[in-house]
Amino acid sequence: MTDLTHMTLADARDALKARTISSVELTKAHLAAMEVARPLGAYVLETPDQALAMAKASDEKIAKGDAGALEGIPLGIKDLYATKGVRTTACSNILANFVPKYESTVSSQLWRDGAVMLGKLSNDEFAMGSSNESSAFGPAVSPWTPPNWTADKAKSALAGDKKGLLVPGGSSGGSASAVAAGLCLGATATDTGGSIRQPAAFTGTAGIKPTYGRCSRWGIVAFASSLDQAGPIARTVRDTAIMLRSMAGHDPKDTTSVDRAVPDYEAAIGRSVKGMKIGIPKEYRVEGMSAEIDALWTKGADMLRAAGAEIVEISLPHTKYALPAYYIVAPAEASSNLARYDGVRYGVRVPGKDITDMYEKTRAAGFGPEVRRRIMIGTYVLSAGYYDAYYVRAQQIRTLIKQDFEKAYAAGVDAVLTPATPSPAFGIGEKSGADPVEMYLNDVFTVTVNMAGLPGLAVPAGLSAEGLPLGLQLIGRPFDEETLFSLGEVIEQAAGRTTLPTRWWA
Amino acid sequence: MSVDQATVRRIARLARIAVTDEEVPHLMGELNAMLSFVEQLDEVDVTGVEPMTSVTPMAMKKRADIVTDGGYPETVVANAPMTEDHYFLVPKVVE
Repeated sequence: MTDLTHMTLADARDALKARTISSVELTKAHLAAMEVARPLGAYVLETPDQALAMAKASDEKIAKGDAGALEGIPLGIKDLYATKGVRTTACSNILANFVPKYESTVSSQLWRDGAVMLGKLSNDEFAMGSSNESSAFGPAVSPWTPPNWTADKAKSALAGDKKGLLVPGGSSGGSASAVAAGLCLGATATDTGGSIRQPAAFTGTAGIKPTYGRCSRWGIVAFASSLDQAGPIARTVRDTAIMLRSMAGHDPKDTTSVDRAVPDYEAAIGRSVKGMKIGIPKEYRVEGMSAEIDALWTKGADMLRAAGAEIVEISLPHTKYALPAYYIVAPAEASSNLARYDGVRYGVRVPGKDITDMYEKTRAAGFGPEVRRRIMIGTYVLSAGYYDAYYVRAQQIRTLIKQDFEKAYAAGVDAVLTPATPSPAFGIGEKSGADPVEMYLNDVFTVTVNMAGLPGLAVPAGLSAEGLPLGLQLIGRPFDEETLFSLGEVIEQAAGRTTLPTRWWA
Repeated sequence: MSVDQATVRRIARLARIAVTDEEVPHLMGELNAMLSFVEQLDEVDVTGVEPMTSVTPMAMKKRADIVTDGGYPETVVANAPMTEDHYFLVPKVVE
C-alpha cells in the first residue's frame, strides 16, 4: 500500500473522490506521523480530535456526493492564522495564551471547501526571521540532514541542542518542514519578504506568494501590512495551485483585498509556455553568489527554452536597494502594528507600578530579541526628524523598484526567472552572530517581489552537489499567477520530482 | 547616521519596551548595523519620485456607515488579562 503521508495533494484528492481511501484513514496516518516527528518541532499545537471530527464529516459528504474542492484533505495551519477556539500565538510569548474567538478568512475558506485541520505550525516570532529560530517554541528543524551526516548523528542532535541540523527556512519554517516531512499534504504560510519562497526552496517544496490583495489578510497576525500576503506551501506546483484557488478571493473585511474572480489555477498546469518571453535580470547575479546557484539558474532557463519559451536578458536597476528599503518599510509598519500588544486587551500582562511601567515590562518580557530590535528600528525611522530621511525615501525607492518591473512587463516579458535563495539551507545556530544583516541577506532575491506587490513562485529545481534542495523563483505580472503555475510545472517536470527525505527521526 | 546610548534609551521609551543597562550597548551595536546597511539608499536619486502609498492601484473601498457587528462584549473581553463588568482593567491613570 502507498504511504498515505507521501501522496501529493492532487493524488489524495482523486483517491478520496474515487473512494479508494477515506479521509479518516488519511488523517489518522498523518496524526501518527506527527506524533513520531514531534522532535522536529514543525507543529506547535496538534488538534487530533478536531481533525478526526472534520475527516469523518468529510467522508460523509463524499459518500453523499457532496464534496468540496479540498474535501477530506489534511492540512497544517501556520500559527499566524487565527483559528477559532484553537490557540494562536504567532509563536510569541506575548500571545502565549491567546485563543481567538474568530477564524481567519483564508482558513475559513479552506474549511468551507472541506479541508481537515491537523494543527498549528511553527514560524519565526511574528514572522520575523529566515530560519524559524526565533520561534518562542524553539527552532523547527528541516527533515533534510546536513551533508555527510548519518541518520544516527542527526537523531542524536535532534534529541540534544539541535545545533548543526538544518533550518527549514523562515518565517514559514514549520509549514515547509511539515510538508517536506510528510506531516500534512499542504500548509498555509505567509510571506512578507520571502517567508513562503525561501523555506520552500530550502526544503524541496513548492510555495507561492500571490499578488498583494489576492488573499484576504483578515484574521492573520499582521507584521507589515503593505507587504504581508498569505499563500500555500505544498509538494508540487499543482498542489499549490489547488490550494490557492480555495485561499484566494475578495473579502469585504480586508479593504486591500481585490474584488476579482478567482481563476481555476489548476487548469493552468500543463498549458503550453511556447512563445512566452522570460526575463533574466542581470542585477540578480549578485556578488558572492555560488557557482552552483548560477548553474542552476542557467539550467532553469534552458528548461524553459526547451519548452518553447524565449529567454531574454533584462535590467531591474534598483534591485540592490530593495533589501535595505525593506528594512525600513517592514520594521516601520511592524512597530505600528505591534503597538497593540500592550497587555490590556489580550495576551500576557506583566504588572507595573503605573500604566507605562506595565506596558514597558509587558513588551520587554513578551517580545523576543529579533522582534524588539525590529520594533525599535521601526520606531526610530518613524520618529520626528527622521521620517523623511528614512521612511519617505524608502517608499520612493519602492516606487522605483515597481517601475523596473513595469518596464520589463511593458516590453513584453511574461515572467522573470531568478534563483530563490543565494545558498542552500544553513545550520541551526550558524547565522545568529552579532550582525542581524547576515540573516537578512537570505531574502535578497525574494524581497523585491513584496516591495512591488507581485506574485512569486518558488519551485524545486534540483539538488546541490552536497545533496541539498535548491529552488528557482518565477515572478509574474500582477494577478497572473496562472502563467507562474504553467512555467513552474515545466521546471518541476524537467528537473524531476525531488525525492523527500526518509524518516530518519523515527 | 548612527545612534548613541541615549538615543537607544529614547527609542525604547517611545516603543514602550523596558531595556536594562546591560542591553543598551548590545542594542546600540545591532541598530547601528542595520542603519549602516540602509545607508546605501542615499545613493539613489529620488527627485520627483512619488512615495508609494498603495502597491496595487485601487480606489479605497468604503462601506455604509452602519453598525454591522457587535453586541457580544463577553467575546470581546474574553482574552483580556484583567476585566470587570465587560471593561478592560488597567493601572490607575488619573489621580
